[in-house]
Amino acid sequence: MSLLEVRGLRKSYGALKVTDDLNLSVEAGELHAIIGPNGAGKSTLIAQLSGQAGSDGGSVRFDGTEMTGLPMHRRVRAGMSRSFQITSILPGFTALDNVAVAVQARRGSSFRFFTPVAQEHALNEAALEALNRVGIADRAFFRAGSLSHGEKRQLELAIALATRPRLLLLDEPLAGTSGQEADRLVEVMRSLKGDVTQVLIEHDMDAVFALADRISVLVYGRIIATGTPDEIRGDPAVRAAYLGEEAGEGG
Amino acid sequence: MTSLFLLQLLNGVQFGILLFLIAAGLTLVFGIMDFVNLAHGVIYMVGAYLVVSFTQMTGSYGLGLLLVLPATLLFGLALELLVFRKLYDRPHLDQVLATFGLVMIITEAVEIIWGAAPLSVPMPEALSGSIPLIAPLRYPVFRLVVIGVGLLTALGLWLVITRTRIGMRLRAGATNRAMVAALGVDIKRLFTLIFAFGAMLAGFAGAMVAPILTVDPGMGESVLILAFVVIVIGGIGSVKGAFAGALLVGLVDTLGRSFGPIVLRAFLEPAAAGQAGRVLAPMLVYILMAVILALRPAGLFGART
Amino acid sequence: MRLIPTRAWAATILFAAFAALPLIAGALEDSYLIVVATRILAYAIAALALDLILGYGGLVSFGHAAYLGIGAYAVAILNRAGVTDLGLHLLAAILGAAVFALVTGAISLRTRGIYFIMITLAFAQMAYFFFVSLSAYGGDDGVTLRARSTLFGRPLLEDDTALYYTALVLLLGLYLLAVAITRSRFGRVLTGARENPVRMRAIGFSPFRYQLTAYVISGCMAAVAGVMLANQASYVSPAFMNWHRSGELVVMVVFGGVGNLLGAVAGATIALLLEEWLAVLTDHWPILFGTVLILVVLYSRDGLAGFFRRRS
Repeated sequence: MSLLEVRGLRKSYGALKVTDDLNLSVEAGELHAIIGPNGAGKSTLIAQLSGQAGSDGGSVRFDGTEMTGLPMHRRVRAGMSRSFQITSILPGFTALDNVAVAVQARRGSSFRFFTPVAQEHALNEAALEALNRVGIADRAFFRAGSLSHGEKRQLELAIALATRPRLLLLDEPLAGTSGQEADRLVEVMRSLKGDVTQVLIEHDMDAVFALADRISVLVYGRIIATGTPDEIRGDPAVRAAYLGEEAGEGG
Repeated sequence: MTSLFLLQLLNGVQFGILLFLIAAGLTLVFGIMDFVNLAHGVIYMVGAYLVVSFTQMTGSYGLGLLLVLPATLLFGLALELLVFRKLYDRPHLDQVLATFGLVMIITEAVEIIWGAAPLSVPMPEALSGSIPLIAPLRYPVFRLVVIGVGLLTALGLWLVITRTRIGMRLRAGATNRAMVAALGVDIKRLFTLIFAFGAMLAGFAGAMVAPILTVDPGMGESVLILAFVVIVIGGIGSVKGAFAGALLVGLVDTLGRSFGPIVLRAFLEPAAAGQAGRVLAPMLVYILMAVILALRPAGLFGART
Repeated sequence: MRLIPTRAWAATILFAAFAALPLIAGALEDSYLIVVATRILAYAIAALALDLILGYGGLVSFGHAAYLGIGAYAVAILNRAGVTDLGLHLLAAILGAAVFALVTGAISLRTRGIYFIMITLAFAQMAYFFFVSLSAYGGDDGVTLRARSTLFGRPLLEDDTALYYTALVLLLGLYLLAVAITRSRFGRVLTGARENPVRMRAIGFSPFRYQLTAYVISGCMAAVAGVMLANQASYVSPAFMNWHRSGELVVMVVFGGVGNLLGAVAGATIALLLEEWLAVLTDHWPILFGTVLILVVLYSRDGLAGFFRRRS
């Protein structure tokens, strides 16, 4: 059985069907990329899968458990974490604390009122490890709000990793990163393969085709094709609906 | 009993209309500018004090009432230009504090000018009588006029909001703030206008009920908080919600106070019912608010959560 | 990192000054000073309580005076029932406040921003009217306490200085508790939910539970302030929970700098002294106070401390 099973998922804003009877299976351990033209409904899909946005119908099963209707924080606790397309961090916290609070979420109760959390070395060590993994350990004690855009993207991934997810929903993690930062993030995603299942939305086609085990193509709220990168590259329907258009835009 | 009920029903409607006039301007300011204005109640109070003075000057309550309109409009304009304008981009906390400061200043200034003792304004001769409703019940003409004028104002407001271009845009902006930027008008001037207009409505309300209430420095406060309850119940930014909420609050408050103990007598000893009724009645509107919020956090007609 | 020792020093100096005050008052033979100072301590407790949710939780409660009233009436009601022990008064105040905060908080916290401000204000007004209608306790006029709370079964608190030190000990204890809370796991989640609630959900926290808990803790602390105020005045009335009182508490927190627990104590001191001083200048002091308030809001971002820093 697949780790993530999406069946008949729907969502519309008024007359506009953003997610239209969508089916998707993500196998344990794979990196499954979802590509599609702008406005295909990729970010809405991530929002629906993560529980940030509600769905009008259909089901999302994670590891055999029905997730439909559960709020985001419950899904995270079940092992589904996400990153945001538009960076979402705690700007007043240090980079380290941004990650440490995510570690804290899965280690013991947070209804503890008397012990200073800054002295919980286990939390800080795990947080530092995540920062190190994405390459910004040297920024640990900087205010997150003061980091560069690219560093915030790296922090975003570190926070998601720190929740120890079994499934990671990545919404354009490379958006706005420099070449070096992007390389580092691609390396992190590659190293997670086989260990953490990943659903990746990304506009950088080089990264997608280099990383993905399988790719699904989303057009107007529907998956029109799923396959290996080679199969997708050769699929005439995909070329017509998406890649042709992308080439036309010069991207 | 039936006639008493009818009487209190009318009183409740009249109170509701009054609350609506105050809440209408306030809900637009909340909705469109995302601005908390604690000073709205004192404008209502200033309207009442002004009508006292204007009536003394002109010798006519009607003329006094007419003069209150431009006066409170100007008052609202002045407040907007001097203070409120600087606060639109500030956090709610700053808005709360600055307008709280205004409440302190204006309340004290009113006490300096008019004194702390309650004032009253004589009811105009022509409206001081009462007319028969159903025998033997009579109802004061003035209160009926207040209801009528209030309903006419509500109708006028409704026409402006549903039938004019600017009104429709206002409504869209009030329930969905992202639309405000797309209003396509000079936002600064629009804000000033809404503020002044809201102040005028509140001042008008104060002036209109001055003959049937005592005019004192505390009169703005209780009404302000009830107007908040009205807006929360109706949904921020919705004039329709303010109307429904105001009538609901006016009726529940008035009927609760007069019939609460009577209803409770069905379940309790008379003495206990009287005591429980006196305790519960003033709390009723807040309980109503809590229940509505528990069911609909954005209020009856609110779009936002 | 460097700030923490500075803060500890500032706290030590401030509390040492409070501890030394009765000696100064004794030297000056000014008994009114102790009365004012006790009120300051009680309000400092309430401001501390409010800053915990306002500064750290980002929850602008405009109804915290309700908890002052609940604390004060706990004293009045138990006193009449013949229960005079301060510990029991505190316990009853805390329990009453916890219940009220739990119910009203659960409803208020379903909303955000302007709604939250107005709803907390409305619930406080509800509590106000409840006590106004309690004719057994004087209704609008309130009720005079026959005696202050007792300590160890003895009327120790009848002495103003003893009452002052009791308030100081409570303030110190609650200050240390509040500092511990803000530095704890719980405090980190609470602050995180203020910074970015969506992010907190995305790492597995539901902000509501933490905010509600903080709201209840804050209400209980403010009720302690109410117990001390009632004892200081030997008198309890609904005026304790007038909405102006709620506003004044917010003013204190802002004067001291939002999200700065020691600042809340300092803010309460500044606000009450300012009030006392302006009242000496003129009967119409609210005009001056309101003007100061507007100026501070318009021209300073970090309370009075920031105001003066920018001037110099």
